[in-house]
Amino acid sequence: MSGPLLEVSSVSKRFGGFTALNDVSLHVAPGERLGLIGPNGSGKSTLVNCMSGTLRNDTGRVRFDGRVLDGLPPHQRAYHGLARSFQLPRPFGSLSVRDNLRIPLVYTAAMRRGGEWTETALRQRMDELLDMVGLGNSADARPTDLTQVDMRKLELARAVAAEPKLLIADEAMAGLSNTEVDDILKLLMALNARGISVILIEHIMKAVMAFSQRLVVLVSGTKIADGVPADVIRNEDVVRAYLG
Amino acid sequence: MTEVRATATEKPTSTPTSLGNVAFGLAGLAVAVLLYVVIAIVGNEYLYFASYVVLQFVVLATAWNILGGYCGYVNFGSAAFFAMGAYTTVFFYSIGSELGSTWAGQLVLAIPPTVLLVILTFLGGIVAGLVGLGMGYLTLRLRGVFFSIATLALSVVLQTLVTNWEFVGGSRGAYVIRPSELPWLPGGFIAFLFLLMLALAVIGLTAARSIERSRLGFGFAAIRDDEVAAEAAGVPTLRLKLIATTMSGALMGMAGAPFPYYIGYLQPQSAFGLEYAVNAIAMPMVGGTQTWFGPLVGAVLLGAFQQWATVSISSVLNLLIVGVLLIVFVVVAPNGIIGFLRDRRRRPPARSGRAGA
Repeated sequence: MSGPLLEVSSVSKRFGGFTALNDVSLHVAPGERLGLIGPNGSGKSTLVNCMSGTLRNDTGRVRFDGRVLDGLPPHQRAYHGLARSFQLPRPFGSLSVRDNLRIPLVYTAAMRRGGEWTETALRQRMDELLDMVGLGNSADARPTDLTQVDMRKLELARAVAAEPKLLIADEAMAGLSNTEVDDILKLLMALNARGISVILIEHIMKAVMAFSQRLVVLVSGTKIADGVPADVIRNEDVVRAYLG
Repeated sequence: MTEVRATATEKPTSTPTSLGNVAFGLAGLAVAVLLYVVIAIVGNEYLYFASYVVLQFVVLATAWNILGGYCGYVNFGSAAFFAMGAYTTVFFYSIGSELGSTWAGQLVLAIPPTVLLVILTFLGGIVAGLVGLGMGYLTLRLRGVFFSIATLALSVVLQTLVTNWEFVGGSRGAYVIRPSELPWLPGGFIAFLFLLMLALAVIGLTAARSIERSRLGFGFAAIRDDEVAAEAAGVPTLRLKLIATTMSGALMGMAGAPFPYYIGYLQPQSAFGLEYAVNAIAMPMVGGTQTWFGPLVGAVLLGAFQQWATVSISSVLNLLIVGVLLIVFVVVAPNGIIGFLRDRRRRPPARSGRAGA
């Protein structure tokens, strides 16, 4: 495999007079685990939205798997293999937990493989995914009845159901307890072991350090560091951004 | 505890799809035939008139629900789509009258009025469907209440256009002469109108039901629940919403197309009447918006009630009662009668499950 899976080059995004992203470039190799950190308001979520198509970047280019994504709506980016989970879980509230996975399965995974799946095949796939994230027992429950950590798991399962090449996990662990964080980390590692590249956006440094092979730091919409985690956290600019 | 619940509820969830769409359509047809036979045996012409109106509301409520209930986009402009169907009929009727004794006019006269009406119904559906598509394209980037306001505005704009269009009668209105005799059908032309609306109701309900558990229906539900998440999960939201506005509009137009023949004299105020906009919302809300069954229940209950109230209480008070009922349901049972009953059935095990967890 040659070249990066995802290549963000010189992406900028302004909201009125406010520059949320300023000339940000980064790349993700196939199978890589990338950590993306930065203080609140540094533009992490804006970057996620520009990559996944929820927002349009003003300048720059997003290439994914040999294809320019700029201008494509989010559902087509999902189809090409870029999945994301949301910072605040956004389940489909009127559908059962199992049927929440049906949406990406029938609209993305099945489409990509050409054609519709039988109900039996779908059902099997949905239950496999639920078992994988440990929600097998809640398949028929409503998402609103789930605990916070289970809601995060559902969010990840729904992203993974689309069979992505790259998963962008936007603060999948915020507000969780230590053991719950470990749960989610284990899950993300397992997904990565299946060959899915992962971008982890996170505030919990312990988790980011344990997970990431490489770390990118955003501050005020600008990338200030990119490299091996142990080096990056000793970087003077990074220390200054976080502590002072 | 939760494990027991999951396995216990596993079976029933797979059963609602057991009846195929063709089988369901045939069952609907059987019920329709039965309904007609009963009315024909009773032999009271008023029953045709009253049932026609109720069925018309079944179609309207079902059509509204495809966009409003399944996708969560509340359309305040149902009357406009209904009127588009009605005025398509008036338009072509006027063309027919203009042609008069020319050879083209003779050709039109040679077509039996029943066949003509079926053709007009389809044309009404096409026109209203295109209006729906256009409206969807212009307004679906708006969300929530702004979309609803836009539909209301569309209704006002279209009514103004029609009121000022002399060819279809303008503000004075237009006569459409209904043939009274129909030799081959007991009950005459009104019985035919009734049967036509009955067929539309069966078509509408079958379509709505087949959508519900389909790929399209799940896409609609995802849009209703969270549009951003739906898009991220691969749902082409704009395309699906356009499908919904087109289908919903077309069905409403088809419900309106026979209306000039029913009423005999069509005015903009009656075609764009408030009662269509209000009932199209109230009936699914009262019945329940998440299934095809809800609008049917709501339309039959409210529609029959209104027919009764018109005769026995007052035709003016009608809409007031519907309005009050709508408010009561929005407050007390926001998921309608069907949702209310389902929640009651589901609640006891859910509570014990939570206590055990």
